[in-house]
Amino acid sequence: MKKRKRLLLLGDIIGMVSAIVIFVFPFLFMFINSLKDRREANLLSMALPKEFLWENYKKVFEANNYIVLTAFKNSFLLTVLSVLGLIIVCSMAGYVLQRRKDRTMSIVNFVIMTGLMIPPAILPTIWVMQGLHVYRTLFGMVMVEIALQIPFDVMLYRGFIGTIPVELEEAGYIDGCKRASLFGKIIFPLLKPVTATVIILNAVGIFNDFTNPLYFLPGSKNATVQLTLYNFMGQYSNSYNLLFADVILITVPMLIVFIIFNKRIVDGMVAGSVKG
Amino acid sequence: MNKKKIYSTWFLAPAMLIFLIFFIIPMITSLFFSMTVWDFKNFTFVGLDNFKMFFSERSLNIGIKNTLIYAVLTSGLKVILAFLIAVFLSSAIRTKNIIRSIVFFPNLVSTIAIGITFTAFMHPSKGIFNKVIEFFGGTGIDWLGNINLALFSVIATDVWKGVSIATVIYVAGIASIDKTFYEAASIDGASGWQRLKSITIPLCRPAMNSVIILSFIGGMRSFDLIWAMTGGGPGFATDVMASIVYKQYAAGFYGLSTAGNVIMFVLIAVLAFPLQKFLLSKEVD
Repeated sequence: MKKRKRLLLLGDIIGMVSAIVIFVFPFLFMFINSLKDRREANLLSMALPKEFLWENYKKVFEANNYIVLTAFKNSFLLTVLSVLGLIIVCSMAGYVLQRRKDRTMSIVNFVIMTGLMIPPAILPTIWVMQGLHVYRTLFGMVMVEIALQIPFDVMLYRGFIGTIPVELEEAGYIDGCKRASLFGKIIFPLLKPVTATVIILNAVGIFNDFTNPLYFLPGSKNATVQLTLYNFMGQYSNSYNLLFADVILITVPMLIVFIIFNKRIVDGMVAGSVKG
Repeated sequence: MNKKKIYSTWFLAPAMLIFLIFFIIPMITSLFFSMTVWDFKNFTFVGLDNFKMFFSERSLNIGIKNTLIYAVLTSGLKVILAFLIAVFLSSAIRTKNIIRSIVFFPNLVSTIAIGITFTAFMHPSKGIFNKVIEFFGGTGIDWLGNINLALFSVIATDVWKGVSIATVIYVAGIASIDKTFYEAASIDGASGWQRLKSITIPLCRPAMNSVIILSFIGGMRSFDLIWAMTGGGPGFATDVMASIVYKQYAAGFYGLSTAGNVIMFVLIAVLAFPLQKFLLSKEVD
């Protein structure tokens, strides 16, 4: 028994040390280098800065006419609107798809599920958006983000609604509850756990999305944080301190989300991916 | 009660409408536009010329090869490494929750940020990786500048970022295994290795299948990490389908770009669907 305890302690130590070296170290590196002056940061070393230059962060904010602030505003708007839209359309769709089992529904289901695997056809999407005059607009971008997440979120909602007993709705129906309030007042409140998962997963995914804004939301007025970071990479390839300060700024919201919702995120991701 | 009446099709309408307009219609029209030269307004039909060009031009068809290498290696490494980490985290060690959180965090950080950081680590003269190698007396490696190595350096970074989600899925899979199996096995005197081989591995099959499928499809579609680290370079050494689609778009060859997109659909359809079928059929046994 004593040998086993010692083995466990050894496991603890080895596990912690390698987790810190492999996974914490890169973030420490970003942070330390974001506080150095230019010359020092360009050495890309792990040494502590001679002087902690917090004004690097101010410089990042002021760069290109406060583009970082615009980008944060755009990214937050994009994230919040997309997530809200997804909750509404996907919970409704998942509800009907789960409760009604007929041929139309299985066709709809099949069509939606192709989206889980097949990547979007990018240029034709731009063509469609131009036709509808929503290309380069926040509205168009929100619609694309929603369309791309529909398959996954509908699947989550459908799976969860399957665990809610139908008797509740039957009772409501007999009592004369209307269709809309049957869903809005009885079912939707019961979906809280899966809605929380949807919020967290999509918020993280959409906030960190680089590819879709790159295609569908070009232009500096529309910059999102990921696009700004990418442009900084070109512009500040010689001042790693500012580059890393931007990296840290963008990572902080995720860090806060992570600290608050740690368990929820992990559970949500597992629930989502195992069902898939 | 009348199901059609309560569960009105109208509830489906918003989701279906958005999905049709912004996903299905582009997908279907892409089949046509991949056979044209177009600029969003006018098009000329050119038949299969775009595809012929794709398969004959080295700078384009290298993307197919690289995409396959990328998808197979990233998913393979994640499947194995994440399993080992998960088994370790499922043991009785006390720090497992902290370690799990630490391993998980990179998953929430933007891929571009990770790309920037690892590009700095892999800097040929100043990067930390080479500093460590030199400290132990080796000679530095040009991680991202060497044509034969660059793709693998990006793959390693992708694994670093993606191993977390795979680990978490495995941990859940292992936690759901009935503990009595292990008790019975230890009464019968099974060794740790035997328990791993005969209980853990077969019974976390569903988790393993999710990991394989998710990371394989993710690998086939991946773009942002490659774009942030190498931009497809040096030369075309790290170009994958998704980065070629973007490059052709940026260069104004919209037909060619769309053809690349269609090739991506086909690759995923002919590889991922059968793979999933195969894995699911194994699961039933």
